[in-house]
Amino acid sequence: MKKIDKKHPLAIRWFHWINFPVLGVMIWSGLLIYWANDVYKVGFGDKTLIKFFPQSFYEAFHIPFRLAEGMAYHFVFMWLFFFNGILYVLYTIFSGEWRYLLPNRRSWKEAWQVLLHDLHIRKTKPPQEKYNAAQRIAYTAIIIMGIGSILTGLAIYKPVQLGWLTLIFGGYKMSRIIHFALTIGYVLFFLIHIIQVIFAGWNNFRAMVTGFEVVKIKEESIQIEPIEIEPVPVAEVLEIPQTDDDKGHGEAPQ
Amino acid sequence: MSNFVSNLFKSNKKLTVDEYIVKKTITSFFFLFIFFGGCIWAWKWVRHQPLDGGIRGGIQQPLRDVLNTNEAVFSKIFSKKHLTKTYPVSAAIKNVRPNGNLGMGNDFDPATWQLYVIKKKGDTLALKLDDLKKLPKTDIVFNFKCIEGWNQITHWAGVKFSDFVKAYGLNEEAAMKYVGLMTPDEEYYVGIDMASILHPQTILCYELNGAPLPMREGYPLRLIIPVKYGIKHLKRIGTIYFDNNRPPDYWAERGYDYYSGL
Repeated sequence: MKKIDKKHPLAIRWFHWINFPVLGVMIWSGLLIYWANDVYKVGFGDKTLIKFFPQSFYEAFHIPFRLAEGMAYHFVFMWLFFFNGILYVLYTIFSGEWRYLLPNRRSWKEAWQVLLHDLHIRKTKPPQEKYNAAQRIAYTAIIIMGIGSILTGLAIYKPVQLGWLTLIFGGYKMSRIIHFALTIGYVLFFLIHIIQVIFAGWNNFRAMVTGFEVVKIKEESIQIEPIEIEPVPVAEVLEIPQTDDDKGHGEAPQ
Repeated sequence: MSNFVSNLFKSNKKLTVDEYIVKKTITSFFFLFIFFGGCIWAWKWVRHQPLDGGIRGGIQQPLRDVLNTNEAVFSKIFSKKHLTKTYPVSAAIKNVRPNGNLGMGNDFDPATWQLYVIKKKGDTLALKLDDLKKLPKTDIVFNFKCIEGWNQITHWAGVKFSDFVKAYGLNEEAAMKYVGLMTPDEEYYVGIDMASILHPQTILCYELNGAPLPMREGYPLRLIIPVKYGIKHLKRIGTIYFDNNRPPDYWAERGYDYYSGL
């Protein structure tokens, strides 16, 4: 026996799927911009562990010499990213969905249990409502990151008119570093998100499209009435005079 | 199968749970694919739009329209009171990066250089560097920002554009919307909105680190305009003129934002 369980409201599904291509364009155009001054790397001393980015990466995605194009797309799609994000936040506030999304007092402890469970170290599944504790933390963090991207973006975009904002983020150079690091954060989030969605399976994925999850109700917990089809006496239908013998057990005429 | 599906979409049909699941799944994924299809269509549409009046490239007109809208939005927070952060002279670096040499042809003769200022009525001022040096001198040490993404704290000095306007009585010209600047060979040219060029930190600059501008930094006179990216800081100014329409701009013709305001 199956039951429909409403999970994601229509608005949230739209915000989610609109954000996907918009963030994609923002990251792509951001790369076109970053290439023009690609100075970031991770390492210690003279040793470079990761260079952002290797030449092969640039060539694979046709990044070089497209700064003007990158800036144009970045400063067009920023509006979509901004408005979609604002509407999502407002919606979660006014619909009450924030209750499922914000971490609560137990979340930090439970998130650890979720991690152990996901890594198959812990057998029992931690309690969850619509989202488990790790999801609550991740989905709230990604919103804070989004706000961070918009604010550091503005700090780089208008460092004189919004000089106070640039100052809050530690200056022009630091704003650019944070803006870049947040983007790396999105890519990592995306990768983990995809892996988790694959592991969670079709029912969970479909819920982000249709809005509902299908819940199987345990057989033993409910009494299923076998459906009985009342035989209709053909004789009655055909208005054939009935004998006492075949009353109620008429056969279809040949 | 098709009968089963078409039955689901009959409006008066009462659906079982299984049928409802199938129906909702089909319609929801249909709309998702329509949405993605629409995204791809919109993307291709933008990329096939004609380029804005640029000579050698530029960007698609719808993108340019949004950049111009951005200017309309963000020029609202522009204020003469918003000053770029300044630093002590000691913070200025000595090795200043010259990022380009557009408009600085080898045939330039410093001895014959003059600054031409085309006034509103068509008459032209021809000025020598000494004429500008007589006006009040302003120093600025600020974080110079290139549109490529790098920045350097550098020390410049010259005459504020607003002081220059006052000294030469260019009030009628300053009431217009834009200023155009060109190199003597007219290879490089920029257009700047009046509010930005009259900003108190915008200077007609003739000194770098307390010495005359080096050749590669645009000797004898260049623009320093901290409220814009480096692409607007034209080196070796030959001509200044005023216009109510946007003067041509070298990098805007190559797809960059015309405003490029910081």
